[in-house]
Amino acid sequence: MDRIPILKLGHALLVTIQVDMHDRLALALEEDLTAKIVSAKARGVLIDISGLEIVDSFIGRMLDNIAAVSRMLDADTVVVGMRPAVAITLVELGLSLTGVKTALNVERGMTLIHERLVEAEATDGVDDD
Amino acid sequence: MESMTTDRPLRVDNSEDVVRVRQEVRKRATEIGLSLVDQTKIVTAASELARNMLDYGGGGIVTLEIVHNVARRGLRLAFIDEGPGIADIEHALENGVTTGGGLGLGLGGARRLSNEFEIESAPGKGTKVVITRWK
Repeated sequence: MDRIPILKLGHALLVTIQVDMHDRLALALEEDLTAKIVSAKARGVLIDISGLEIVDSFIGRMLDNIAAVSRMLDADTVVVGMRPAVAITLVELGLSLTGVKTALNVERGMTLIHERLVEAEATDGVDDD
Repeated sequence: MESMTTDRPLRVDNSEDVVRVRQEVRKRATEIGLSLVDQTKIVTAASELARNMLDYGGGGIVTLEIVHNVARRGLRLAFIDEGPGIADIEHALENGVTTGGGLGLGLGGARRLSNEFEIESAPGKGTKVVITRWK
């Protein structure tokens, strides 16, 4: 079965979704990602959806689930690269992805995760390496 | 007076079929020159309705028609299943109402994303939803 590759990028994981996902692929991604958060001790997850032509409520729910599970595993999720037409459609559909942080592109998403990491280290003074 | 050209119906029995419906709808929407935003809206609506058929209607068929009237062209899609049907349609159109574990955005969301929306359903008689997006 196909799998969506997960790359490690410093303290974060990067997932680039380029294919039109069917259900099994989406569920496999949720599982793979949560396992990888733990094994890689990741503090952030970047999900690049710039390749997606649509986001329906199924994919929206998957993004929400990933964000919720990652949060429990102490990692932030940032969805990046949403196309303008997708954003307009999602809002009209009634799905505003309130549980998910977004950034315009991968670079800004990384900055967001990094800022949070620096903040956390400043408060508890613990280095996680 | 409307005229139309109809494609062969597509069967929806699994989630790969939902992907195929999205691709066919995208192709037709591009052909009639819908704007990118309108294409995205009707493809998303089609995805919601095709998935609804799968989750609640035990699968079904989708027909695609390019419709013409005097002034403009449009894409009309029908989603037909022989599932249990819907007793209270108004209730089912409300956001957040679901019996299948989803988000309950499918029907109401698809209506908001379309220019025309019609639904026929009764318990034991299946469900037919027809949506149109005009250029």
